[in-house]
Order: sequence, then structure tokens, then C-alpha cells
Amino acid sequence: MFSEEKLNKVKEIIARYPQGRQKSALIPVLHLAQGEFGGWLSTETMDYVASLLQIKPIEVYEVATFYSMFNLQPVGKHVFEVCQTGPCMLRGSDNIIDYIKKKLDIGVGETTKDGLFTLKAVECLGACGYAPMMQLGKHYKEHLTPEKVDAIIEECRANAN
Amino acid sequence: MGRKLLFDKAHIENIRYYDVYRANGGYGSAEKALKSMTPDQVLDEVKKSGLRGRGGAGFPTGMKWSFIAKPEGVPRYLVCNADESEPGTFKDRYLMEFIPHLLIEGLLISSYTLGANTCYIYIRGEYAWIPDILEEAIADAKKNGWLGKNIMGSGFDLEIYVQRGAGAYICGEETALIESLEGKRGNPRIKPPFPAVKGLYDCPTVVNNVETLATVVPILRIGGEEYAKYGTGKSTGTKLISACGNINKPGVYEIEMNISVEEFIYSDEYCGGIANGKRLKACIPGGSSVPILPANLLLKTAKGEPRMMTYESLADGGFATGTMLGSGGFIVLDEDQCIVKNTLTFARFYHHESCGQCSPCREGTGWMERVLKNIENGKGKMSDIDLLWDIQRKIEGNTICPLGDAAAWPVAAAIRHFRDEFEWHVLHPEEAQKRNFGLAHYADPLEIAAPAAV
Repeated sequence: MFSEEKLNKVKEIIARYPQGRQKSALIPVLHLAQGEFGGWLSTETMDYVASLLQIKPIEVYEVATFYSMFNLQPVGKHVFEVCQTGPCMLRGSDNIIDYIKKKLDIGVGETTKDGLFTLKAVECLGACGYAPMMQLGKHYKEHLTPEKVDAIIEECRANAN
Repeated sequence: MGRKLLFDKAHIENIRYYDVYRANGGYGSAEKALKSMTPDQVLDEVKKSGLRGRGGAGFPTGMKWSFIAKPEGVPRYLVCNADESEPGTFKDRYLMEFIPHLLIEGLLISSYTLGANTCYIYIRGEYAWIPDILEEAIADAKKNGWLGKNIMGSGFDLEIYVQRGAGAYICGEETALIESLEGKRGNPRIKPPFPAVKGLYDCPTVVNNVETLATVVPILRIGGEEYAKYGTGKSTGTKLISACGNINKPGVYEIEMNISVEEFIYSDEYCGGIANGKRLKACIPGGSSVPILPANLLLKTAKGEPRMMTYESLADGGFATGTMLGSGGFIVLDEDQCIVKNTLTFARFYHHESCGQCSPCREGTGWMERVLKNIENGKGKMSDIDLLWDIQRKIEGNTICPLGDAAAWPVAAAIRHFRDEFEWHVLHPEEAQKRNFGLAHYADPLEIAAPAAV
């Protein structure tokens, strides 16, 4: 269940659309839910969102399964989404992905045993001029080097303690 | 220095904030439109400017606006396409991050012209920090009377809302974007009806790219006729180019559409040449879906004329020897890059992003990815090259939306211009695992102007 504050946010989002078009709020509310409920969308969470927007659960499932930013499985506390498309590949994204794999001892799509990190290889994030890069939560980490990756991992670990 | 119209004040410190933007002439164009012009007069200026859609298709904006249906009592919508997802393209991000009020002002003028009282900015979900910047700008504009009811006493009302997507390239296609904005999967609609007649919530809707809408501001400031004096021929004005790949100075540049490709790549004002002293092998000048060209065809057209950074010159020669300006996502490959691998990453991208509605695209993109992966991994056959050609031809033109074409063209162009590199991969699978094909003859002066064999 959302807090009072988040429920007000949901109301504010619904008010952006004409009467009866509250389904338009679905993607923003799913973002909100994913942020609140552990970084992923369980069936229970999706059903809850459906009830908030007064739509059928299937309408939520079909959207949640379409968009790649919605996680349908639990993920680590910090998700490294490293871009691997052409422009990043030209600037060495493969090496960065390999480096992270070795450093964290996980494969692409896997989560570390302590539940801290998930590594994903994703498609173009629109930061081609600042490649190689990854998304970490709300922000981009750009011009990546092994040293920078080390520092990011350290920072995440420090925040976890 | 080239003349600037969008970034002319980008260097001013704190231009992202309302007070600084306003103090430097910001909202002057909106004031002019609301206080002294009718919507039709604004539309005339946009038509005169020759502005063409900056998202990739290059359709004349004034004409697009004139198509909007105006039934009595039905709301109209302006939707700003900030879904920027074409690999190589990151220009709108820069504009929204650093000069958000330029976009807000453009939205205000454009909404006034179209008679839209609600405007949605649909921004790709991964640009997760930018909605905060835009919402702050919207709040400040509203506080200062540029949004809300009866704006500046004109009787015109406008609200602007920011909507985040959630990771789907297809939502950059205007009807998929509308579906997504309605809270659905991003499946493109069959046209007609076009959004101008039946768009968001079945109401008349115009969808324009961020840069297009921001450009309305300088057009009103200097006038449509004056704007049309910038650039070359039908490529009027300036264009934002996001340059990336193996160059010395990746970044977003505003160019006047009258410079050569060579100048753009090698001059210190722009890309600053190829990185690490390497040589230019190939370039994809308009985002990943436009045809890749080898260095020799990129710098000069098949007629031997210098290739210019304009819609027409880049397209000179059609797909046989030309390409497209597209979104302005300018991707440069140096002599050490492998064309097969580069093509594979784009095939994988389009496979990942296909919405799955049309079978030629849903099945074909995955098939192309698998075949390319085999060639790249040294398991390819000679017949695979013809197979790839065959698949891409069967996707192109056979899908509801242009994603099919966008997936087909990069593969087609790679084979058209770099067939011998593909063959080398097949014939020398072991060697191809150890080294790249290199520059080969791709930068040699052109001897013939004949179209490619395939």
C-alpha cells in the first residue's frame, strides 16, 4: 500500500488527464510503485495499481510486460544497466561489461549473492557522446573506465552499510 | 563560427533558470505571438521559415500543423516527442537539461497556434532526472504568468504536463507514443486516421519533436523569412547534431545547414577529427536507422561533389550511394571498427525494440540478429549474406510503422557498401576472431559513380 503522500501523488497524476482517462496514469504510477516496493513489480503490486486506477489487472500486466524498465523479477539494490548498442560498443562498452562481470563475479542478468548488485546489458540510453556509460537508478554514469567502475561499486557498498 | 539560433545563449551561466532566461530576451517570442499575432499569422511565419521536423522524418512543420482538424467543441492536443531513443541521438536531452525554458516557450507558441489547451511532454523513461528540471521550469513559467488561465491577458489557456515512458524505442513513433500516453502498450496504430484528425483520446493531435518545437522560438524572434535565409535550399535554418563514436570531441553541436560533412568531422569547432590519430572508415550520419556510408562516399557524393550537412546532400544518390540526415545522430567509425559487429549491435537493438505487432519485423529482426551473430562468431556461410539481404527486403515496407524500415536499412547498407568485409569474415573465420578487416579500400578516392551491385 502506498503512503498517504504517495496516494496524493497518484491523485495529482490522475488529475493531469481528462475525466475518465485515468488509465493514462498507469506508466507513471507503475514507476512510483516500482520505486516504493523493492525495485520490481510483483503480481500483488500490479493488482494494487489496477485497483487504484480502476482498471482490470490484465491491463496492467500487458503494459508492465511491454516496457523494459519494469522489472518483473526481484533485482539487486543497485542495478547496473550498461549500454551495449553501437555508439557505446565503438567506445569499449564490451570491456566495461566484462570488467563488471569479473569484478562482481556475476553474469549479465544476474544478481550478486548479497543482493547488492544486478548487472544488465541494455540498449541505447541516449548518452552516445559520453560513452561508455550505464544507468544507475535515476542517474547516468558516463565516460566509464575500470577505475570509475571501481569507485561506483565502492560508493554503492558504502551506502549499503 | 557558425551562426546559432537555439544555442546562441547556451553559454550564459544559469540560463536554465527562469530569471536568467527572461533577462536574456526569453519569452520575447511568446509575448510577440500572444500580444500581437493571430494563430494563423504564427502559422504563416512557421510555413515561411521552411522548418522541417527535426525528429528524423523531415516533414515540413507548418504543413503538419495546417492539417489539424478543428471540429467544434473538441479539444486539441499538442504532444512533445521527447522519447529520443534513436541510437546516436542525444540532442533533445541537452536542450531539455540546459535550456528547458526554450522548449516551454516553444510549446506555448505552438499550442497557441494550434489552439491546444493541454500539452504533454512524453519523455523517455531513462531520462529519469529531466522531468524534475522540466517540471521546475513549468512551475516557474506558471508563476510568472506564461501558463495557466488567460495567459498575458490573451484569453488563451494552457497547461503543460510531463509524462515519463518506460523504455521502449517504438514510443518515438507518434501513434505508439499516443497509445503509451493513454496507458497502453506502445503498438503503433494503422494510419489513416492520422493523429491530426484522430490522435490522443481520439482528438486532433499534433506530435512534434523537442528540437522542432524549440525552433519555433527563434523563428518568431527573427521572422520566418529571415530564418529561411539560414541554411541551404530546402534545408533551412540550423540543426542540432549529436556527434559520437570515434571522434575527438563527441557532443551536441548546432550547425547551420551550409557546412560540409568534412568540415563537421575535422574542424576544431565541431568533432575535432578522428580520435587517437586514426583514419575515418565509415559514418552513420542520422541515427542508427539511416544507411551507413564508407568514408569515400560520405565525404563526396557519387558525382564527386562535396557532401554537405543538409537533408538533400546527405540523401544525394538515394540509398545506392547516399544516406539521410535523419535525427542528426552522427556516429563515426574509425579504421579499427568492425562493420559486421557494428551492424550486429543495431540488429540486436531493433530486435529488442520491435513491438511484435507485424510478423515481418517481429520475426525478421530476430532472424537478422541470429545470422549476423553467426557471421561475427566465425560460423557464417557465404549464403548467409544473401539471406540477410533477402530478409531485410522482406521487412522493408511491409510493416505498420517505420521501425521495420529502420531495422532493414542498416543491414542493407552494410552489405551494399561493405560486402567484402562480410565475405572476409565468412572466408577467414579464425583470422576474423583475432583482428578486424581494417580500413581496406573504404577511403580510396571513388573511381566510378555506378550504383552498388546488389
